[in-house]
Amino acid sequence: MTTLTHSETRKSEQPVETETAIKNLGRTKARRRNASIWIGRAVLAVVVVGGWQWFTTVGWVDKFFFGQPSQIWDALIKLFTEGTAFGSIWENLWVTAQEAFLGFFLGTFVGVVLGILLGSNRYLSEVVGPYIRIVNSIPRIVLGSIFIVAFGLGTFPKILLAAVLVFFVVFFNAFQGVREVDQNLVANVRVLGASPFQVAMNVTIPSAMTWIIASLHTAFGFAIIGALVAEVLGAQKGIGLIISQAQGTFDPDTVFACMVIIAVVTLAAEYLIGLLEHRLLKWRPPNRSEAQTI
Amino acid sequence: MNSNYPNRPPVALKGAEVAAGIDIVGLTKRYLTPKGETFTAIRDVTLRVEPGEFCAIVGPTGCGKSTTLAQVSGLERPSTGSVRVHDQLVDGITDGVSYMFQADALFPWKTVLGNVLIGPVLRGTPKKEATLLARDWLRRVGLAGFEDRYPHQLSGGMRKRVAMAAALINNPRILLMDEPFGALDVQTKAIMQNELLALWEELRPSVLFITHDLDEAVALADKVVIMTSSPGTIKDVFEIDLPRPRGDVQKIRHEERFLELQGQIWESLKDEVTRAYARTSGAAA
Repeated sequence: MTTLTHSETRKSEQPVETETAIKNLGRTKARRRNASIWIGRAVLAVVVVGGWQWFTTVGWVDKFFFGQPSQIWDALIKLFTEGTAFGSIWENLWVTAQEAFLGFFLGTFVGVVLGILLGSNRYLSEVVGPYIRIVNSIPRIVLGSIFIVAFGLGTFPKILLAAVLVFFVVFFNAFQGVREVDQNLVANVRVLGASPFQVAMNVTIPSAMTWIIASLHTAFGFAIIGALVAEVLGAQKGIGLIISQAQGTFDPDTVFACMVIIAVVTLAAEYLIGLLEHRLLKWRPPNRSEAQTI
Repeated sequence: MNSNYPNRPPVALKGAEVAAGIDIVGLTKRYLTPKGETFTAIRDVTLRVEPGEFCAIVGPTGCGKSTTLAQVSGLERPSTGSVRVHDQLVDGITDGVSYMFQADALFPWKTVLGNVLIGPVLRGTPKKEATLLARDWLRRVGLAGFEDRYPHQLSGGMRKRVAMAAALINNPRILLMDEPFGALDVQTKAIMQNELLALWEELRPSVLFITHDLDEAVALADKVVIMTSSPGTIKDVFEIDLPRPRGDVQKIRHEERFLELQGQIWESLKDEVTRAYARTSGAAA
């Protein structure tokens, strides 16, 4: 096959031209496909936001309850220019972000350590297993009330609630990750003379890392939820406080504006986690479906 | 492929030792099932592997071949009986053993170089020295230039070569191979068998080689052991007197003596295989 095309190439210029033509055609097609995806996305956004604006303007949907995109935009501007009753928006956002990040790190750390410890010790995992399942089934968000009663209105109870929510997500993944470790790999390094610590460093932890990293995306969402809910339950500063204040004054636009701000923070954190994932898991084969969509 | 590693002495490693003999006496291994019943995997296995001998174990599925290897490596303790390596009772991980599994037990998160490197590093060799050694071994198995690849970027045969380099880099006294080429296609398998023989003839560790493939056993081994199933015991031992070096495993298959030995061993194995098959299919019905 290949020799045939080569000899033809030498004889006449035509096949070269077709080859570049094919390449160009492929490129145009890919570009066109890409453009159509972006157009579709823009249309979808316009339809949803525009529809919302239109419905509330005409009065089919009551903007008193459901807000209105233009008013949400105004509320956002107001939050950033005039600030809130509790200081500037940056100050409040900093408090919430701090709570969420600290809770995220605390929960992740404890979750990873306990998950790996319990996952690698069969006896311990069987003793503690049922209790963890019980604790997992209780509505943990309610713990926020207890934390606030116990630790006051400062940032600590918020961090704690965020950490509790994060902990379970990360813990279960780390635990599962350790149990899925290929026993052949463990046997292999043990035969080579590895100590239990070396087995953990060389096999268990890298292998569980796939599972742990996968859980971090969900976990950060939970950290934000924990911080916000704890703030709504009682706080002196934070986005959650602004939300509960806006709720008290029947101001859905400010609530939506706060949601937008938090969404931006979460997306930024997601991006960072994505970078970390890419770095730590670069040994993984590329995902086929991903390659196709891009 | 042989031109890639001309005949040269193995790279000397600190603590490198001569091949060790394996003495298995009255070895029995029972396991406790989750239901609390005992299950005897192997019973009263007695076997001697001479230093530097290549011993293949053949037998029906589930006859405790892998269990035997686990006792020799020291990963598990025998219920009764004993394993001696180099006249020393196995008690804990046996020194100077390398394992090779059917599934290539490579670390997917380490590069090819990192995978080969780990053996000497775990032994306390300085990283720099270990890297040189690993590069040399990769060259010997014909993988120079692939150091920075990850296992998923390699073909099955290349991954086997990495596993082989990783198993041999510590210059083991004993090489335990659990169906190492079982998952390979026929052509790749033949190539890997030739390469294994070449490397083995250079280093001469004692080898315990588990396989289902009778041809493979006869072509490679000095001694073929037949095991029967549930509980696993040794039925027969055949000495393979084909001359060394064996040369191409593809060619040796057509020699008269090869066919004769293979026929004898198959006679012995046949009953076991059919019996094991009847038992499993009977249980299923």
